[in-house]
Amino acid sequence: MSQDAGTEAVLPDGEGVRRRDFINIAAVSAAGVGGVVTLLPLISQMAPSADVLAASSTEIDVSAIQPGQAIKAVFRKQPVFVRNLTPAEVEAAEKVDVASLRDPQSLKDRTKPGKENWLITMGVCTHLGCVPLGAGEGEVKGEFGGYFCPCHGSSYDTAARIRKGPAPKNLEVPEYAFTSDTVVKIG
Amino acid sequence: MSFPWANEYKPGHPLMQWLDEKLPLPRFVYNAVGAGYPVPRNLNYAWNFGVLAGFCLALQIVTGVILAMHYAANQGVAFDSVEHIMRDVNWGWMMRYAHANGASAFFVVVYIHIFRGFFYGSYKAPREMIWLLGVVIFLLMMATAFMGYVLPWGQMSFWGAKVITGLFGAIPLVGEPIQQWLLGGFAPDNAALNRFFSLHFLLPFVIVGVVILHIWALHIPGSSNPTGVEVKTESDTVPFHPYYTAKDGFGLGVFLIGYCAMLFFFPNALGHPDNYIPANPMSTPAHIVPEWYFWPFYAILRAFTSNFFIIPAKLMGVLAMFSAILVWFFLPWLDRSPVRSGHFRPTFRKFFWVLFIDVVILGYCGGAPAAEPYVMISQIASIYYFAHFLIILPIVSAIERPDPLPFSITEAVLGKDEAATLAPAA
Repeated sequence: MSQDAGTEAVLPDGEGVRRRDFINIAAVSAAGVGGVVTLLPLISQMAPSADVLAASSTEIDVSAIQPGQAIKAVFRKQPVFVRNLTPAEVEAAEKVDVASLRDPQSLKDRTKPGKENWLITMGVCTHLGCVPLGAGEGEVKGEFGGYFCPCHGSSYDTAARIRKGPAPKNLEVPEYAFTSDTVVKIG
Repeated sequence: MSFPWANEYKPGHPLMQWLDEKLPLPRFVYNAVGAGYPVPRNLNYAWNFGVLAGFCLALQIVTGVILAMHYAANQGVAFDSVEHIMRDVNWGWMMRYAHANGASAFFVVVYIHIFRGFFYGSYKAPREMIWLLGVVIFLLMMATAFMGYVLPWGQMSFWGAKVITGLFGAIPLVGEPIQQWLLGGFAPDNAALNRFFSLHFLLPFVIVGVVILHIWALHIPGSSNPTGVEVKTESDTVPFHPYYTAKDGFGLGVFLIGYCAMLFFFPNALGHPDNYIPANPMSTPAHIVPEWYFWPFYAILRAFTSNFFIIPAKLMGVLAMFSAILVWFFLPWLDRSPVRSGHFRPTFRKFFWVLFIDVVILGYCGGAPAAEPYVMISQIASIYYFAHFLIILPIVSAIERPDPLPFSITEAVLGKDEAATLAPAA
């Protein structure tokens, strides 16, 4: 005369929904949803933390960079190249037929209006992440006069566009803005 | 599990009888690697490498736990703490060299173990699960070894971490967020170093767990053997102890001679001098290469130099590199031949050795600079690698005429088997 015996007597075998089925589904669903929600903090903790994100903008004074010179700054713990292009380099970059490029972009797409001589890119090769040469004094600039990655031989032109070698993309242009004529805020 | 004629564990001492009733752990060991496990009598030295791999795992855990007592996983001091281990800690240099060379030794042993499986068809029914678990162990080993190499925080550590996590950046749309999530930043830094250390400590114990499953699955059908003919009668087997404990002990001695020669006379022969330069995010070493045991897969990664349909070259390389190992999961179903051992498969045997040479060539190209002719050689070798598994094996197993098999293991060993006679002689 247990309770089980009573409920089974009311419903024929294999038909209808018992209260026990409802409780079973409700309990498993609640535990399942709870379990999945608990995973969120366990996964999210691995994302960049607040202090890493807080260090994700950099201000650079570019007043000392003469045409033809470049500097390596640090942005998000990675090198960023700030380059003051000479008129000849600007001309060389604009002369290229954009449609013929692997990653078609014009110099204008990659610089700010009126500041076409300021080429600001990440110093991270888009192939496997090496630091290309060409920003430092006396470093080789590759056959297109921009940057040259020594790891696997990718060559970038004076707009830091990929021209030769295994890299799939142009050097990334980070988000930046000129806060004054001589100060750039990256990030 | 096991065969009906297996020796039974009979504890003699009252304490052991008491223990056997409460927690039969000695019985478990006796049945797993003792006199209670009947093993084919004809195993050759290729069968030593499972035990040797287990030894290497234990060696890595012991030396690794000791190193963790002296190491600091912080990007400001990690490099110095490794030098502190090398110079200041009593026997620290030996622990570190034992661990670094132990990783190489582990991979040597495991590669031989895997090629043993390829040649003797160890992956075939009824042992598919052992094979699948083995591939899982190999993947875990690769992850563990990669993260361990990052910990000294030298130039190769840093740039290796950058290149390998950069592979995930090749995934369309979600690649970059995944890469930042894995690293906990925009480039390898303190967050990445810390989590790599945490996981590098954890994963070996996960490997121990999967190894236990691997051996458990092995003990259901029992070990295979060089003829590939299954055990039929008691005369086909000998107890694991003392026969194979002795044989494995001898193999261990030979292994230790080679290992100690590396450890004490050429401890840096397999390392890279660049890793004795502290990590510098602003300057890339001229020639980034992974450790030698990743070279064949690294060569496959770099073999893709142009876009393939709509898939970018970089992503294609990543997919191919992972597929090179994932294809092993399908091996038991790609090789359809009912004959297990390469000894009795003349056509298969030739292709096995071609594959072996192909992998050696891939390994050589993976360690070489990414320039011609190595790129083209690794492209050809990569195509052959996949063709071996996906085309050659299914075709060979369908058309090959195998050599006649011995009736039994006993016949293969003794030249005759009483059980092979259908009726007893009058």
